[in-house]
Amino acid sequence: MTNESILLAGLAGVLFAAAPIVFAVIGETITERAGVINLSMNGSILLSAMGGFSVSLATGSLLLGFLAGAAIGSLVALVVAFASITLRQSQVAVGFVLALLCRDLSYFLGNPVMGQSGPRLPGLSIPLLSSIPIVGTLFFAQDLMTYFSFAIVVLAWLFIFKTKAGLELRGIGERPAASYVRGSRVEGLRYLYTAVGGALAGLAGPMYSLSVKAGWKGTISGLDGLGWIVLAITIFGGWKPFRAALGAWLFAFLQWLGLVLQPSLPGIPSQVLQVAPFPLMILTLLLVNLGDAEWVERSLARLPDKARKRAARVLRAMRATPPAALGAPFEKD
Amino acid sequence: MMTGAAEGANRLSAAGDSASLFAFPLPGRRKLLYSVYKFRHATALESAVAFRESPMRVEFRAITKTFGSLKANDAISLEVPSGSIQGLLGENGAGKSTLMKILSGFISHDSGEILLDGEPIRIASPADAIRRGIGMLHQDPLDFPPFRLLENFVLGAAKAGRGLKGDRGRSSRGTKLARRDFGELCARFGFSLDPDAWVDSLTVGERQQLEILRLLWLGAKILILDEPTTGISLPQKEKLFATLKKLASEGMTVLFVTHKLEDAEFLCDRVAVLRQGRLVGATARPFSSKDLVELMFGKDVPRTERRRNVPGHSVLSVKGAAIEGPRLRMEGLDLEARAGEIIGLAGMEGSGQSLFLGACGGLVQPVAGAFCVDVDENPGERGRRGARGREMRDLTGKTHHDFRKAGVAWLPAARLEQGLVPGLSLTEHFILSEGMHGLFVDRKRAREIAESRIEAFRIKGGPDSPIESLSGGNQQRALLALMRNPLSLLLIEHPTRGLDIESTAYIWSKLRDRCAEGTSIIFISSDLDEILEYSDRVIVFYAGRVSPPLDAEALSVERLGGLIGGAGWESLEGKGSNVA
Amino acid sequence: MSRNRPVRFAFDAGGVVVAFVLTTLVLVAAKAPPLKAFANIALGAFGTWDVTANVIVSWVPLVLATSGLLVTFTVGLWNIGIEGQIILGGIFTTWALRGLEHSTLDPSLILALAVLAGMAGGALWASLAGALKTFGGVNEIFGGLGLNFVATAVNLWLIFGPWKRPGVASMSGTLPFDPKLWMPTLGPDSRLAPASVVIALLAIVAVFILVQGTYFGLRLKAVGRNPKAAYVLGVKTWQHMMAAFALCGLFAGLAGAVQVLAVYHRLIPAISSGYGYLGLMVAMLVNYSVPLAAPVALFFAALNVGSIQLPIVLRLDSSLAGVLQGSLVLLVLLAKGAKERFLGKVQK
Repeated sequence: MTNESILLAGLAGVLFAAAPIVFAVIGETITERAGVINLSMNGSILLSAMGGFSVSLATGSLLLGFLAGAAIGSLVALVVAFASITLRQSQVAVGFVLALLCRDLSYFLGNPVMGQSGPRLPGLSIPLLSSIPIVGTLFFAQDLMTYFSFAIVVLAWLFIFKTKAGLELRGIGERPAASYVRGSRVEGLRYLYTAVGGALAGLAGPMYSLSVKAGWKGTISGLDGLGWIVLAITIFGGWKPFRAALGAWLFAFLQWLGLVLQPSLPGIPSQVLQVAPFPLMILTLLLVNLGDAEWVERSLARLPDKARKRAARVLRAMRATPPAALGAPFEKD
Repeated sequence: MMTGAAEGANRLSAAGDSASLFAFPLPGRRKLLYSVYKFRHATALESAVAFRESPMRVEFRAITKTFGSLKANDAISLEVPSGSIQGLLGENGAGKSTLMKILSGFISHDSGEILLDGEPIRIASPADAIRRGIGMLHQDPLDFPPFRLLENFVLGAAKAGRGLKGDRGRSSRGTKLARRDFGELCARFGFSLDPDAWVDSLTVGERQQLEILRLLWLGAKILILDEPTTGISLPQKEKLFATLKKLASEGMTVLFVTHKLEDAEFLCDRVAVLRQGRLVGATARPFSSKDLVELMFGKDVPRTERRRNVPGHSVLSVKGAAIEGPRLRMEGLDLEARAGEIIGLAGMEGSGQSLFLGACGGLVQPVAGAFCVDVDENPGERGRRGARGREMRDLTGKTHHDFRKAGVAWLPAARLEQGLVPGLSLTEHFILSEGMHGLFVDRKRAREIAESRIEAFRIKGGPDSPIESLSGGNQQRALLALMRNPLSLLLIEHPTRGLDIESTAYIWSKLRDRCAEGTSIIFISSDLDEILEYSDRVIVFYAGRVSPPLDAEALSVERLGGLIGGAGWESLEGKGSNVA
Repeated sequence: MSRNRPVRFAFDAGGVVVAFVLTTLVLVAAKAPPLKAFANIALGAFGTWDVTANVIVSWVPLVLATSGLLVTFTVGLWNIGIEGQIILGGIFTTWALRGLEHSTLDPSLILALAVLAGMAGGALWASLAGALKTFGGVNEIFGGLGLNFVATAVNLWLIFGPWKRPGVASMSGTLPFDPKLWMPTLGPDSRLAPASVVIALLAIVAVFILVQGTYFGLRLKAVGRNPKAAYVLGVKTWQHMMAAFALCGLFAGLAGAVQVLAVYHRLIPAISSGYGYLGLMVAMLVNYSVPLAAPVALFFAALNVGSIQLPIVLRLDSSLAGVLQGSLVLLVLLAKGAKERFLGKVQK
């Protein structure tokens, strides 16, 4: 095997490994576009991974496994929606509790199936296209769910930015009052999109337990912590599907890089490179919020008119603005 | 003027989309099918002229709405014919917004009726309102700043029951049609709006234009505008007025809510004045400003003999200040406030008084000019300010806490949101305000302070009761009781809001006592009588213009009311540099 | 507030009951005997003196973390970064110990210095999150989360890098310290250090006094309930927020120090053991009331320790404890929401 083919195989593996994260990040992007933060991601990925695997193991059907995962993800998200939309509790509080609860549920209920080998998603090379040099290996010699992961990015982008329903979605997360005036049922739609986003994120779990890291290994499954990373990438992705997917691929790439470079850097464990999304996220948040900080506002006021206007414009351009109503409950009056 | 197709389309839309085709006689059926086809697949431009083909008149009958103990609308009856511009005048809290919120579907009235074209109807929601042809342009247009104009234009159109019927939500065809309609409507009214621009790059006037176009496109037959001329430039205002006049001449029913006399007098065919929830008068052209002011603010009441303090040394000095707000800009502000003096800031809400007051307290940063506060280096014995050690320190750009240290206090209008901490007791508020320090809370001393203040300000509430359990009036007293002593400058927004006459008089007696001790007070009030009764000097704010300080004794309710509504500013020119 | 009090209590109690019911259902779904499982947990926590001691060993860092979090919750902050702050506490303690282990100082002095170092480490890490929030506007949830991961990475790097055991780096952490540098325990086989218990009790009492009886605590409360009004009343808002972060970091660092000095006697990858997140749960469950924190923390610690031998005895995963803990917090939260929805909001 040539170095080149090893590299290519590695990169293809990166896309493969990133696929579940892409699903989760796209799902969370949709949920947050509607104005709801689903902090339970860490737990629901684990729970849907375990649940999908168990169902698949019991029924022998991969399809049922994936559907179970989506259903679990959706259900958990609906609890967050219910607590925050109808009961007006803090989205952060509920999401955080669910993250821990669902994780422990997954370990507990998954105990019986631990270590068992179950159905595994087979690879599915597309006949002609996969023989194209480079591109073929990367994009067309994957499995079904990875193809879906490519598709979901495009579909999400089309939906959010090119359809009326997507426009409405953006509206309720941006300025629910204005949406309400135009007849949108803000609360109902928030429920809907939280469920949809949750379902997509719920597909990420089975993608691990039935494909990328087949099987359920409980506490050493290596899945704990991924949910938090998904949340970080969502922010980095600026609530835009393509940028979010880029973040997911970048993260998987860094993970792979860590593994590859391990032999040449014996003293440093791979985990160090894996925390890279977080400084990136913090940096993004810093730039996003720099325009709003009070001391910046006051320094701005002291500048002469022209400089002030220019500085204000620069700050505005740097912003990767979250949906303005993110996290805030909608009060009709 | 009405084509067969349009007529058929109208009949259909009037009868409901599920009207049976077979109700119509056979020969006309083909024509009708064609018009149905045309309506469903034509652009919505036809609906944008619905007001022309079938104008709608609106009537309010004995509309009443109560919020708790406040009667916001008290049996208001008003008829507005189609094709006219009806002005709605009144000061803050008169009930204009409530009435318009009822008509536009945000809230529902308690009793009375709303009739559209003579038929009583019940409006369930804002979306329901627009479906019936009632469109409202809010003071801050309810649009989506991060989106493009065209997206704002089409968002929600399908739900309004008009717009593009054949459009199944896919971009190309629907958006193309919308784009074309947008362009045609723009051309018709002479607006120059780029459908691909972002809304947050537009001026307020342009956002209004967009919203008007959108409401027209959705088939509005009644257009409500809430204080539209706040914060727009003169050419934009002229364009807006020209547009409204044109719409009205073609049959649109326009409701124009404002507090600005000159706008109402120029634009409206008829004017109705609301005061304290009641309709106190309605006139048609020609208008008399004098009469309108009297209707809005009431007559002059003989004032009590006022004891004037001899103003002492200068406490606050504002020179050439410029303050920028979200919708206005004030320039050339000058003020010299002296110890023992009371200065009232008058004007409609949003005219800049709050910004100015905030700037005097360091909460708002001016973009130009200087704010200097007198700082007594050696505070003399209580109540007497030593002449030595005094200096005017330039505090421009400093924080509110720096102003506080210099002896300035600011009491906000939004009690529970900005001035008081829910969950803390009265005593705890005093602990904070007095700046008591140390390690462990001296509960005994705190209680003593609290009890003495409760008595002094007649607050109905225990020292340990949480602040949110107090009634609104008592919260207001508590807020005032938090004033420290001594203070060189006291800045109060609406000192007696929510208090009855007796409490108002009592509070003012306490404030006057402070003045006698040397404090200077600057306060905002929307009650003209309060302004004229207690101020030594008055500054009026109107749409970014600021009057020079006027002597209160020489000011009549009529003149003050006029200034607040925008009349009589010419006579001020040359008297000071405060006109922007 | 006293109106409807029994009804309000009923909602809370209902939440607790439903949580137990849910956990029971989960057990049934796992084909496990519920009563036996609960009994087992109880036995596993208090059945023998040894396990009871372990419960207290587990309780100490939990209480410390909760104490610190109660301070940040008072000022209205979600200090999710507490896990990282505990880790940094452990790191700094280890660093101090490594620096001083060969010195001639009295061992008690070394221990004391190490504890202080741990506190400093936690405070430092917390201040970082605080600075990100105050000056950078970075929400403390995501800032804290990010810093948690960075702290974990730093910890792993130290354990596998500069501080690794001679020979081959191991997941079981750094080389254990000399026994003279161990915090004195009850017995040679015990991990319970009375000093740590005293520290924990002092911490919770200190927080109680702070919040209830000091000017500082009152100002924290004001900032937490209404920062705008607190500012107008003269309270320096951002300074108090930073102080709250630092204070919480002190307690977190203390927890990390105790873990290193009394429990593990070295730095391990899982030095924080999830006590930070668990502390958040305890704080939420007691609705941020200080007196209830210590008992509830004891209950949670008992659940954790009690479920350790579930795998052995009943072949159930020990995360049953987490299921019950999570259910309790979730249901009480939902009950609170239902209360407010149907009975109207009442401030504490």
